[in-house]
Amino acid sequence: MTAMARVRAGWQHANRRGDVSAAAMALAPAVILFAIFNIYPLLYSGYLSVMEWDGFSPDKSYVGLDNYRALVESATFRNALGVTLQYTLSVAVLGVAASLVIAVLLNSGVCGQNIYRLVYFLPVVTSTVAAAVVWRYLMTPGTGYADVLLRDLGITPPNPTWLRNPTWALRIVMLVGIWKRIGFNIVIYLAGLQNIPKEFYEAATVDGAGTWARFRHITIPLISPITLLLVIMSIIDSFLIFDVVYVMTDGGPIGTTEVVGLLLYREAFRYFNLGTASAMGWVIFAIVFAVTMVQWKFFGAREASL
Amino acid sequence: MVIPFLWMLTLSLKPVSLLHQAPYLIPTSFELSNYAEAWDAAPFARYYLNSAIMTGGIVAGQVIFSSLAAYAFARLQFPGKELLFLVFLGTMMVPFHVILIPSYLIIDRLGWVDSYAALIVPRMISAFGIFLMRQYYQGIPRELDEAAMIDGAGRLGIWWRIIMPLSGPGLATLAIFAFMFAWNDFLWPLVVTNDPNMRTVQLGLAMFQGRYGTQWTLLMAGTVTATLPTLLIFLIGQRWFIQSIAQTGMKG
Repeated sequence: MTAMARVRAGWQHANRRGDVSAAAMALAPAVILFAIFNIYPLLYSGYLSVMEWDGFSPDKSYVGLDNYRALVESATFRNALGVTLQYTLSVAVLGVAASLVIAVLLNSGVCGQNIYRLVYFLPVVTSTVAAAVVWRYLMTPGTGYADVLLRDLGITPPNPTWLRNPTWALRIVMLVGIWKRIGFNIVIYLAGLQNIPKEFYEAATVDGAGTWARFRHITIPLISPITLLLVIMSIIDSFLIFDVVYVMTDGGPIGTTEVVGLLLYREAFRYFNLGTASAMGWVIFAIVFAVTMVQWKFFGAREASL
Repeated sequence: MVIPFLWMLTLSLKPVSLLHQAPYLIPTSFELSNYAEAWDAAPFARYYLNSAIMTGGIVAGQVIFSSLAAYAFARLQFPGKELLFLVFLGTMMVPFHVILIPSYLIIDRLGWVDSYAALIVPRMISAFGIFLMRQYYQGIPRELDEAAMIDGAGRLGIWWRIIMPLSGPGLATLAIFAFMFAWNDFLWPLVVTNDPNMRTVQLGLAMFQGRYGTQWTLLMAGTVTATLPTLLIFLIGQRWFIQSIAQTGMKG
């Protein structure tokens, strides 16, 4: 049977069973919604990224790659990319490292594991806006918890203005990002730690390995695929950060927390440069895509899509 | 980890006069007046209603449409199946930032700005939902379908009468994920609503913070209000939720 004939036979077989019409009905809502709200916008934003348009006037003009060129040359955009990168890497590295330590401690037989799990997971399910509002209060100079706590500990707060301070603002935003994510990492790590055979540790203990040596030579190597996965997932997620910054600092002070998501939003919905904003979207896409490809390479297509 | 939450809760119960007292977690006197005041200062009831309608619509849509599509991918034979599934999965790695502007333009063209349709319809289906349900269906024995078929059930009848009733935990997981995502969403509602009456809780809270930036007791009352529903859903569904996170590595 030729390939064509096989396809035709398969089709006829499926058709006879009533699969094709049932599938068409079952898939219709999904296909229509995807086409209108995912596929078409994706193509259209590619088109917009080579146009100059304010979203209102009837004429758009084709500018080729000028929008992209302007982005490369724009100090504002380069600053935003730098800030986003700094945020992303800090949240990924510190967040994953801290969660590994906590997960190992939780796994080493602390009682009430479920309670801890719940506690660490609370920030994950809280809305970013609510979290950001609360953290803004904690970091209020003078009356916020941070200052009061420092004073109670006998440390005179250095009295930085926290979120209004160019050195501190981004660090605080990073802290919120880490705090918000860490519970997710811990849950994944705990699942992974439980898969390490107990015998490995027992054998190492017999050979005289201490706690640190066991952690260093058994836990870390065996858990490293999960570490890599979590780092990559954190990078993809953090790169798209928007709401924490929108609520806590709105990009300030003097652009030190201006991330690309915020810049894109502003470019599109405050200054109405839809072409530039779309080009920005595609630069973000390209970066996220590259990281996703790394993920595919290490974890295969299936896990990458999870 | 929880201290910010406790802090938020105490503060929301503190009379303003005690605001600057040392931050002991247990307030010396409880008062609910902050809630009433916050509720009066901004139309939180309206925000709640909007969020509830949006979230309800999204959850219903995802449960029905995602599971329908997942059924086609798990059980039916049709040409182009693998390709279509791949396209759906592929959309998961497109950052929302990329499609934000055209999605807004479509909503605008449809005349849907400031409507529930704008908040709900684009979110009624998700590739993640389809993927999750397909995985779940593959664990349901095919013999059940075949038995029903012999009894004369149609394809969609099998989905509705056999598959759906057996998918309780899977559907619950999907519903919880969809709920968390919809209730906490910020960027999309921010873009497609201008009318203060169409604001969701998250938007309302952000705007409230802008306007009442220094009235911390009120602000915290608003924050507790915004956080409560997801906390409740999470507490109820945490067993499924944490399990499925650990298994699939999916974030809410």
